[in-house]
Amino acid sequence: MARAVTTQHKTIATAAAWIVALLIFFPILYTIITAFKSEQEAIQGFSLIPSGTIESFREVQAQSGYFHFFLNSVILSVGSTILALIVAIPAAWSMAFSPTKRTKDILMWMLSTKMMPAVAVLFPIYLIFRDTGLLDSRFGLMIMLMLINLPIVVWMLYTYFREIPGEILEAARMDGASLWGEIWYVLTPIAVPGIASTMLLNIILAWNEAFWTIRLTTTEAAPLTAFISSFSSPQGLFWAKLSAASTLAIAPILIMGWFSQKQLVRGLTFGAVK
Amino acid sequence: MGNITLKNVSKSFGATIIIPNIDLVIEDGEFVVFVGPSGCGKSTLLRLIAGLEDTSSGTINIDGRDVTSEAPGKRKLAMVFQSYALYPHMTVAKNIAFPLKMAGESKEAIEKKVADAARVLNLTNYLERRPGQLSGGQRQRVAIGRAIVRQPSAFLFDEPLSNLDAALRGTMRLEISELHHQLKTTMIYVTHDQVEAMTMADKIVVLNAGNIEQVGSPMELYKTPKNLFVAGFIGSPRMNLIEGAPADKHGAKTIGIRPEHLGISRSAGEWKGKVGVAEHLGSDTFLHVHADGIGMVTVRAEGDVGVSHGDDIYLTPDAAKLHRFGADGQAI
Repeated sequence: MARAVTTQHKTIATAAAWIVALLIFFPILYTIITAFKSEQEAIQGFSLIPSGTIESFREVQAQSGYFHFFLNSVILSVGSTILALIVAIPAAWSMAFSPTKRTKDILMWMLSTKMMPAVAVLFPIYLIFRDTGLLDSRFGLMIMLMLINLPIVVWMLYTYFREIPGEILEAARMDGASLWGEIWYVLTPIAVPGIASTMLLNIILAWNEAFWTIRLTTTEAAPLTAFISSFSSPQGLFWAKLSAASTLAIAPILIMGWFSQKQLVRGLTFGAVK
Repeated sequence: MGNITLKNVSKSFGATIIIPNIDLVIEDGEFVVFVGPSGCGKSTLLRLIAGLEDTSSGTINIDGRDVTSEAPGKRKLAMVFQSYALYPHMTVAKNIAFPLKMAGESKEAIEKKVADAARVLNLTNYLERRPGQLSGGQRQRVAIGRAIVRQPSAFLFDEPLSNLDAALRGTMRLEISELHHQLKTTMIYVTHDQVEAMTMADKIVVLNAGNIEQVGSPMELYKTPKNLFVAGFIGSPRMNLIEGAPADKHGAKTIGIRPEHLGISRSAGEWKGKVGVAEHLGSDTFLHVHADGIGMVTVRAEGDVGVSHGDDIYLTPDAAKLHRFGADGQAI
């Protein structure tokens, strides 16, 4: 039996949901509002109506070269995601379609690496990067980001692949497809929604990753996370500029997330409902 | 050509033996049906021939060539799966073209072959649709189309009709038989439905627990089952298998009599019984009779037999059609 929902209940529930959503979003909203204020307005006290100046943005770009960091963020997040997919698609294929007794254990082990505090391996990783000349290099950081997100990518893809009937892949094998033919022509196109949402999520995770990107870079390979962190100490008292820098850092991923939300939700609930 | 020979083929998954040891010869152009109850190993046997499973031991020859360790795509076999296994992201035309594309055929040759296959299977108007937009029967035809374009040595069918409704199953059964007459290519067909086996096969292979119980033409199996398992499995309704005193009288541990080989009388006969359920099918009536000292016996009678629930009747088995089985379950 369907549960009876009165209009009054509905209104209260909707209002409550809006309040919670606004509370969660408020810090981001206030940062964006502050970014459009002058420094004087920003320190004057609480106000939701900015004067609309873009002076802070200009100064941030002039002082620290936002686009250099932005470009690094794009290269690192997209590059590490592509690398992760290249490794994870065959890995997830073998676990989903050719599992052994130990497959479950391997999956758990992969996930367990995410439970370890990153700081525990900071020292060895830093030394490896230093000795191999990978410090402050885009390539090194791309590998690092790929590795830290790989367990999640493999897990997500494994879940999607499990939903694909094995008979379809067997049909491809009967039709003369090689292993790569099977993955390229049949598995990947069928799993596109899953792969796309994995890709989006991984780009977001890589974009937001702040522990390694700050510690393993200085200038050359530094992405937006490093940009904000380097900006916050000298400019810590200049709220409008700091807000402008933060807004610039989160805006690209916010916009991408907004446009791809349908794909993300579809991908994340893939297989949940037939 | 499509001779397939299995020699000492066995298959086990870990400690579980699915197929202990099988020898089988399938002649070129034959329609062979593997039939047996669920879990008897018939699908595994088909998958071993297809190359989708590796044999644990033994050899598989196709047209005299040892293919035991060859990849499925190299065996020149085509398979139609129970779930159709169409590629959901491709149109009907692309589905049918896929094996040709994998074989590296030219675009023109592919287009021609796809058009020919579509014509044979009445799919010409559906070539640009995706599998999701087709009915069950159409999907099955696309799966068959994908198989025939390759001109394989043999077709393998893994319970291809079990997802269809009864009416469509009948139609598709005829279409597949018709296709076999047209193409004259070896076909191996797996089913648990003995009606499909009886109606389609040139040769039936009855499997039980991974062993071949009997190989023969449908009528051979029907008339002279080698053992109790085949006797009980082939024929619908099932053969009546009777033990005890009535069997002793015929010098057997078990006797078998098919429902159509029992005479009915209201006044006299060998076994007395009371009619339980009478199933009227129009042309026939199946009577389920509680026979004294024997148990439940099924009788196939005329459609207008005039006997109904609760009637006392007498049954007399046709002695010439009686099957006798020894203590080991083998026919005497």
